[in-house]
Amino acid sequence: MLAFAALYASSCKPKNAGTAVSGDAASKVYVAPGKYDEFYNFVSGGFSGQLSVYGLPSGRLLRVIPVFSVDPEKGYGYSEETKPMLNTSHGFVPWDDLHHVEMSMTDGVADGKWVFVNGNNTPRLARVDLKTFRTAEIIELPNSAGNHSSPFGTENSEYIVAGTRFSVPADDANGDVPINSYKENFKGHISFVSIDKNNGEMNLAFQLKTPGINFDLARAGKGKSHGWFFFSCYNSEQANTLLEVNASQKDKDFIMAVNWKKAEEYIKAGKGKKQTVKYAHNKFNEETHTAVSEMKNEVTVLDVAEYPDIVYFIPCPKSPHGCDVDPTGEYIVGSGKLAALLPVFSYDKIQKAIADKAFETEKYAGLPVIKYEAALYGEVQKPGLGPLHTEFDANGNAYTSFFVSSEVVKWNIKDLKVLDRQPTYYSVGHLMVPGGNTKKPFGKYLVAYNKITKDRYLPTGPELSQSAQLYDISGDKMQLILDFPTIGEPHYAQAIPASLIKDKQLKIFDINANKHPYATKGEKESKVVRQGNQVHVYMTSVRSHFAPDNIEGVQLGDEVYFHVTNLEQDWDVPHGFGVKGANNGELLIMPGETTTLKWVPDRVGIFPIYCTDFCSALHQEMQGYVRVSPKGSNVPIKFSLGEKAKDSTAPAK
Amino acid sequence: MNKKIFTIVAIAAVVYMTACGGGSDAPATNTNKSNTSATEEPKSMVADPVSYDPKRGEGKYDETNVKVDGFDAAMATKGKAVAETKCFSCHKSSDEKLVGPGWAGVTKRRTPHWIMNFITNPDPMIDKDPEVQAQLELCLVRMPNQNLVETEARELVEYMRQNDGAK
Repeated sequence: MLAFAALYASSCKPKNAGTAVSGDAASKVYVAPGKYDEFYNFVSGGFSGQLSVYGLPSGRLLRVIPVFSVDPEKGYGYSEETKPMLNTSHGFVPWDDLHHVEMSMTDGVADGKWVFVNGNNTPRLARVDLKTFRTAEIIELPNSAGNHSSPFGTENSEYIVAGTRFSVPADDANGDVPINSYKENFKGHISFVSIDKNNGEMNLAFQLKTPGINFDLARAGKGKSHGWFFFSCYNSEQANTLLEVNASQKDKDFIMAVNWKKAEEYIKAGKGKKQTVKYAHNKFNEETHTAVSEMKNEVTVLDVAEYPDIVYFIPCPKSPHGCDVDPTGEYIVGSGKLAALLPVFSYDKIQKAIADKAFETEKYAGLPVIKYEAALYGEVQKPGLGPLHTEFDANGNAYTSFFVSSEVVKWNIKDLKVLDRQPTYYSVGHLMVPGGNTKKPFGKYLVAYNKITKDRYLPTGPELSQSAQLYDISGDKMQLILDFPTIGEPHYAQAIPASLIKDKQLKIFDINANKHPYATKGEKESKVVRQGNQVHVYMTSVRSHFAPDNIEGVQLGDEVYFHVTNLEQDWDVPHGFGVKGANNGELLIMPGETTTLKWVPDRVGIFPIYCTDFCSALHQEMQGYVRVSPKGSNVPIKFSLGEKAKDSTAPAK
Repeated sequence: MNKKIFTIVAIAAVVYMTACGGGSDAPATNTNKSNTSATEEPKSMVADPVSYDPKRGEGKYDETNVKVDGFDAAMATKGKAVAETKCFSCHKSSDEKLVGPGWAGVTKRRTPHWIMNFITNPDPMIDKDPEVQAQLELCLVRMPNQNLVETEARELVEYMRQNDGAK
């Protein structure tokens, strides 16, 4: 290990980025073969639509969880059981853009039950179950367009919010209007999605209708500020074209402070208006191994213009991105991405300003604007260029990413003094400290998720792997100790000690508890059944054969459904299933699970089937054949395993 | 029920790790030796005669906690149902080999507690039991752990007895 470290250090050329790495970096990130990482790091997969899971400090990729995009490797979005997960009011949408990650919390600390993630393009919110590392639920968001200001949560995950990036005409309004009628017709909506404490199920509790601006990010208050939510807003100019210029006119945009407890009271008092909308709510059932998509048609909306004690705007310099709340809940850090300073707002001062009505004379869209100085605790002067996002450690320090000057800056919250700055390679977006958004940060590490990679890795043509960088923050100075590549584009991420998750893993699905309607619990039950032009194959897999593995009587024009049940009951023994020529992905079937592949044969002939996931020494023997005959053929349905062929009424063996 | 499963899995995990972990008290492994040791058999094929009792097998069962008295037909029926879901993909009730050996006569060759140890805790026994290793050389597929709970394992033994003529 020392030799490795020495080699690593000596290979770094002087006078370049490598000099930022000191000699003991390798030993700090080295996780020996067979040993585990200290943290799970859940990292957004950006435009891949997926959620990646890394180990820290090694930076090893542990898993890619398919969420908003199809994944033929796992059959996600290809199997009949998972297709409904990607259903929306627009129909089946096989891709999205996953930006942010929020772990479920109890008393302001991540509890390791679920991870919530947002779909930015076709507005959706998803819940990933950390017992299975699978997507358990996806809910579409009406009245929204670009679910960017999401999925941030309150300190007991009472609500996960989803603020629209694009303001648009409401779903029940006539949307066939001139685009330049933005100021008149376009509205913002923020969804409050409540979370069932016991099973995590999401429910679109209510929406706040706001002026037509862009919502970027958000954070819930915590501790003393629990009950409030803070949203960064841009385009207060309400431009509808060339936002690059036209949404950057004013000195200040806003952080929008929302008293959500008050909004909740109004909703409970029946003040919300029922609006007809259409949105999909998709849930995966662990007993039937099947997702069901339900189309819902109503949402309760509260117009904040009618209830002026819910929303207060706080001026914040230049198009704020991050608005991050420190572990005590007192300080809210705004990060104006075009600003040269960092404003730190005080929750106590905001409350006093509201009580004293310390408002600007001019309202914004009819809503009160708190005077900047009345809400301000102080400013961090000349911290860097292009501040984006801030996380915290447990010792009263904040860490802010600077995109334009490409660095991470550590500063003290109380005295607002800059303590350290370290370069990133290159142009950091979000950053992450384990627990850095919670009441009790774990500290120790910081990861910068960079937007530009350039020369950091071996080149791979025009498109390069995206780059994350790990820093040791246990000392006074931050120390860069590792680069690792990521999938898609990493936006936000969160990390949690492995001990909170690793022992809760579901290892197998109990075959006796399998309630899939097409489950085959033993080879004796395997069969092939024709229903009109549908052929249902009740198939089992075990090391190392399928039952049945010879099937005849399928005709051109048939739809064949292979319902494959994996009879294994041991951890880490999935079987795969592929059919030649199927316009489809593969199946990857976990022990005790039933999964269905639909195949519409396109020609007459013999079609091989085989197991795609190496399962035993005789895996290569795990194969079979399906015979496809012309339409109207007199070849009867027939299936078998071993020598004896049987007719359709008898079991396969 | 869940607790039982967990207990069995936990025990299996502990046993498995001690069997394969190559801890500090284990003899030097191949990797520690020079290339001249290449003729040595793979570790997984070498029985560990010190701690392993081939008559009892390895697991939580022995004469004291597995009692087989009069034949219980209802229990055997349950055992057959378990076998149909979890065993018959690879075993026949006759003496014919499928993926694994046929079951006929197994209760004459093995004690009930050995069978219960093997079907609930196969991995360490495949690693240590000379006869099971010989079987593996014939079948080439390691018998999977099918996560049988204690009642299921006991019911299977009763079915195997019935299969061997118990009435």
